[in-house]
Amino acid sequence: MKFLYLVACNLRRKKLRTLLTLLSIGIAFFLFGLLGALKLALTGDVSIANADRLMTRHKVSIIQMIPISYQARIAAIPGVSGVTAQTWFGGIYQDPKNFFASMPVEPDDFLRMYPEFVVSDAHRQAWRTTRNGAIVGRTLLERFHWKVGDRIPLTAPIWRHADGGDAWEFEIVGTYEAARKSVDTSQFFFRYDYFDEGRGQNKGTISWFAVRVGDAARADAISAAVDREFANSAYETKTEPEAAMMQGFAQQVGDIGAIITGILGAVFFTILLVSGNTITQGVRERTEEIGVLKALGFTNTLVLGLVLAESCLLAVLGGVGGLGAAWLMTVGGSPVPSMLPVFYVPTQHLMLGAGLMVALGLVTGALPALQAMRLGVSEALRRQA
Amino acid sequence: MTTDQSPLIHLTGVDKTYRRGSEEIRVLAGLSLTVQRGEFLALMGPSGSGKSTLLNLLGGLDRPTKGAVEIGGERIDALTDRRLAGWRARHVGLVFQFYNLLPVMTAERNVELPLLLTPLSRAERRRHVATALAVVGLRDRTNHYPRQLSGGEQQRVGIARAIVTDPTLLLCDEPTGDLDRKSGDEILSLLQTLNREQGKTIIMVTHDPHASARASRTVHLDKGQLSAAAPA
Repeated sequence: MKFLYLVACNLRRKKLRTLLTLLSIGIAFFLFGLLGALKLALTGDVSIANADRLMTRHKVSIIQMIPISYQARIAAIPGVSGVTAQTWFGGIYQDPKNFFASMPVEPDDFLRMYPEFVVSDAHRQAWRTTRNGAIVGRTLLERFHWKVGDRIPLTAPIWRHADGGDAWEFEIVGTYEAARKSVDTSQFFFRYDYFDEGRGQNKGTISWFAVRVGDAARADAISAAVDREFANSAYETKTEPEAAMMQGFAQQVGDIGAIITGILGAVFFTILLVSGNTITQGVRERTEEIGVLKALGFTNTLVLGLVLAESCLLAVLGGVGGLGAAWLMTVGGSPVPSMLPVFYVPTQHLMLGAGLMVALGLVTGALPALQAMRLGVSEALRRQA
Repeated sequence: MTTDQSPLIHLTGVDKTYRRGSEEIRVLAGLSLTVQRGEFLALMGPSGSGKSTLLNLLGGLDRPTKGAVEIGGERIDALTDRRLAGWRARHVGLVFQFYNLLPVMTAERNVELPLLLTPLSRAERRRHVATALAVVGLRDRTNHYPRQLSGGEQQRVGIARAIVTDPTLLLCDEPTGDLDRKSGDEILSLLQTLNREQGKTIIMVTHDPHASARASRTVHLDKGQLSAAAPA
């Protein structure tokens, strides 16, 4: 610690240069933070998917419907401990831009299947007894300033009534909270029986089943058993782990991980050059001073450590600033909740960022530190003369 | 270092050769020199005579190509780089012609630098620094940066940095070379005081006969060899 002052003094030597370098490192880590939040927003469902949940959908495509009567047959397959049906509703509130995930479900089956959606007993009971009742996530509730008891009209272009109308009315009977931070609380769930009775087409069908298995290790065998059950029927199925299906959704916009890694790679390579150049230039300008330090008795190893400490301090200061700004920007929630309902910098990403700061410092400082270490005392002093 | 009456410095048959491309330059040629404890030795000679090279060898900043450099009974030319750095920190104080202070640090912090290599606490270091600055008459300049000090004052800070660890040997490379006559005289008086009152052994490289007159002995170097020695 007693050398920290010396390290900090060297960074203060060319204030503008240090400031600009800090800024460029800060921007890199700001991007790193935001892209981490974006990746979570686009693929977060994959990370929260449970290993013991399977998804069964039509073999051709998820937009093909399958009969709800399959539910009982799936439930009867050995190893299956629960089944619930879900259907994509695609509700819109007042304006097409007010779009959010909305789905008809069977309340008790659904809440048993997804314990990450936390609903109070009173709200569960109200949902059971209110035919057009809906349970709304906290984020969605706040977004539209709704409250329990409000009657909400939604339109659903893909689900029309028998008379051709697309207006659906719901009563908010409760809210759900997230059991953990990464759970999306911007969804809208309502009762399947109300939906099935009201729609004019495809009655008795659903989009997919969520299937819980008793033993996650047998998930593959049970998936195969489910698909065998409906082989050669009019509605053949494809069953896969929940994570695989989520991954499929996420990859509709491309390989998010590869895109983000590519962007970050380019950014960090540039920053590596910028801060590496700053440190190298700084060390070159201080050749005589390094010579003096060595003349005073500073060992080669200590000089190496001081230069590395300087580059690490620069990277950490810039990195903490940038990553901190990204964290502050996302801690209040998503700037576009309709598109990215779960949007924050995950803790793992913050820790990865901290590791990257140290790595950046070590890599950028390595060459100038080695040069400083190898510098001969008399040679350094002679350069001044 | 021991406190006996044996010579502090004993150089025997020292050669120093540099290579410049294919050319070999012999800067010191079989040089032998003995310096007693408490001596104030002036080292004179024309440019390129090897004065600074000799000073570097005495300070453990460089190694001889041949011969032995024994200081305080220790063969410093045989020490590893790491041990040599430690030896320098404990036994040698260096004063440079251009002061070589770190411009981003105050006088106090500059003087503190050698003490960072000791196990002293911050409070103890500050006490030692205050004493060293008081010795050189700069007690009221502790928080000044080098750019806020005159040349003479900067050299005083340089001397304070050299004596703050209480070394036996002070090596001064043209300490008055960048100063006006008045400031130069003050620095020379300060060195004399350190020599006489604190018993520091001082070796001073200089071109200036006026400066060498303050030393107790003067030796002349020419073409890498001692050409004459004259008592002051």
